[in-house]
Amino acid sequence: MDAAIEVADLRKTYRGRRTGEVRAVDGVSFRVERGEFFGILGPNGAGKTTTLEIVEGLRKPDSGDVRLLGRSPWPHSPELTRRLGVQLQASAFFEFLTVAEQIGTFAELYGAAKARAAEMLDLVGLAEHANMRCEKLSGGQQQRLSIACALVGDPELVFLDEPTAALDPQARRNLWDLMRAINDEGRTVVLTTHYMEEAEALCDRVAIMDAGRIKAVDSPAGFVRKLDAPTRVTVAAGQLDDARIAELALDGTASTADGTVVFETRDPRKLLTALASDGALEGLAVRTANLEDVFLHVTGREWRG
Amino acid sequence: MSAVTEQRTETSRDVPAGTRGRAFLSLFKALGRGWIRDRSQIFFTILLPLMFMVLLASVFGSGDTAASRIVAVGDVAVLDGADPDEFTVESASDLDAALAMLREGDADAAVVQDGSTVRIYPSATNSTSGAIASGRLSSLVDDVNLEVLSAAAPDVPVLATDVEEADGGALQPIQYLAPGILAWGVAISGVFGAAGTIVDWKRDKLMRRLRLTPASVGTFLGAKISVNLVVAVVQTAVFLAVAAVGFGLRLSAWTWFAVPLVLLGTFAFLAIGVVIGGIAQTSPAAAGLSNLVTMPMAFVSGAFYPLALSPQWVQWLSYASPMRYLNEALQSVVVYGESPAAVLPQIGFLAAFAVLVALVSWKTFKFDEL
Repeated sequence: MDAAIEVADLRKTYRGRRTGEVRAVDGVSFRVERGEFFGILGPNGAGKTTTLEIVEGLRKPDSGDVRLLGRSPWPHSPELTRRLGVQLQASAFFEFLTVAEQIGTFAELYGAAKARAAEMLDLVGLAEHANMRCEKLSGGQQQRLSIACALVGDPELVFLDEPTAALDPQARRNLWDLMRAINDEGRTVVLTTHYMEEAEALCDRVAIMDAGRIKAVDSPAGFVRKLDAPTRVTVAAGQLDDARIAELALDGTASTADGTVVFETRDPRKLLTALASDGALEGLAVRTANLEDVFLHVTGREWRG
Repeated sequence: MSAVTEQRTETSRDVPAGTRGRAFLSLFKALGRGWIRDRSQIFFTILLPLMFMVLLASVFGSGDTAASRIVAVGDVAVLDGADPDEFTVESASDLDAALAMLREGDADAAVVQDGSTVRIYPSATNSTSGAIASGRLSSLVDDVNLEVLSAAAPDVPVLATDVEEADGGALQPIQYLAPGILAWGVAISGVFGAAGTIVDWKRDKLMRRLRLTPASVGTFLGAKISVNLVVAVVQTAVFLAVAAVGFGLRLSAWTWFAVPLVLLGTFAFLAIGVVIGGIAQTSPAAAGLSNLVTMPMAFVSGAFYPLALSPQWVQWLSYASPMRYLNEALQSVVVYGESPAAVLPQIGFLAAFAVLVALVSWKTFKFDEL
């Protein structure tokens, strides 16, 4: 069977009057298998959305090749779009329609049954708002409706472009559950995000993108493993004397600053056991390497969300 | 998973023939509902032009056909036989008082009879009704003279005039206002509609989203244009009904031909709106630019005032305005009852204009912004 997505060497350059030449997408290649949850992670302006729009068939690349479910997304074909579900960054709705009318219209466009529309509203938790005008919905509710519209055609491949941007933490977590459920049903999901935790929590594999290029692709755990970074253990100062600190730091490093002692170790279990037996666990914080460290390592730049 | 996918592939290959029609219908329904629920649309395309029609018809409607208001200074014997349908007579103590009434617009002419001389002072404040009053008074004097002369010499034959009114009498304001306001209303809904929609699409990316559904862009645009065409037909029906019922406009047998004229006009105005929507980046900018185009266009196209009475430079400018041709054609067909063949030149100009602007909008439009 064909891969869900195959992208080879995409390039897109914008020529702005003031900005000059901007290489928005600069030689991007990746492959997404069917059923995978694939993330494209990068800061704002990294080229994520442009890449996604080229893959979806909204923009034509200057060069490069895209295959969706084995077919080219260009020119528009009803046979292909029927199998795709798309949520764009801006919630694109018909004006002045209610929630039910909105998803009903999308259902008709995809040739889906009316019952399916109601089912999707239920899935995203908007059934009780069915008769509300879309413009009255909160930001999170609009995003969920947008996702419901993306799912109403029972797609095999779902694109979600920063669905959780500008949402409060609770709404974001709710949306994570929804996205996980979509993927668990066997659909391939492609997600762009600039939230590290989001990519870590949801994605099977993550492509880290910066300045129009994909710097690396791996699973979140694989990235962290490859980084091979020490675990940082912090406790409040004053519980251990200097000799003991030096003793505990033997297999790593230890430093004292701002009333805390910070250990960096590759054997956190041994260190934590020792600290516990010393009764020196006040102010304890353990931090393992995460995608933020990976981003710093891969791009050479600090992560700024 | 593979079994499920196989099955899906099977159904996706099977595209029913009526799919395009059904997609068109659901888009038409969604866009039409949106139009009806948008109060500002109803206001600008129906209520505002109607308000103009009522207002202008009342302003221009007073005067010419009503009886002339005459101030008689002293005893004016000639007015004794005056037809009350033509004259309402007041008297003033002296000429100064009468002239003051003329200045205030309270009378159309003052009359003094000095022996056999009837001296007429037409109003300078309202020169049109002044001239009408003056003309009526002259003919009243002529009638009186004729009676006197005929009595003195009954054997001498005299000439008599019989006035046949062309085009059913003097041009009533509603006869140019109804087609004018209709043309203006159609222009507003076309230009504002297209410009506003495109700016909306730039913001809400609806067009982009719909490009990723099985419905084609052509189906979507077709549905959008169809909504505008239906709106234009509704406008035509409402405006002509108000003109006929409210203002006594007699509709000709060819009135139905207003519908294809208005549809053609809508295409031309939609094209102008697309050009504006391509330039404007925000809704206020689109509304402002649309106003900047439609308002002067209405003034130079005889929408509010007969072109024949407008200054020469306005008449020259009007040739560049599509609204002029729509207005002219509507007036010929609806008011004067001319056959569609008589307005072929106007139809030609309107069509040429629509094609030209459509080409310009096609060339200048940046689809990437949608």
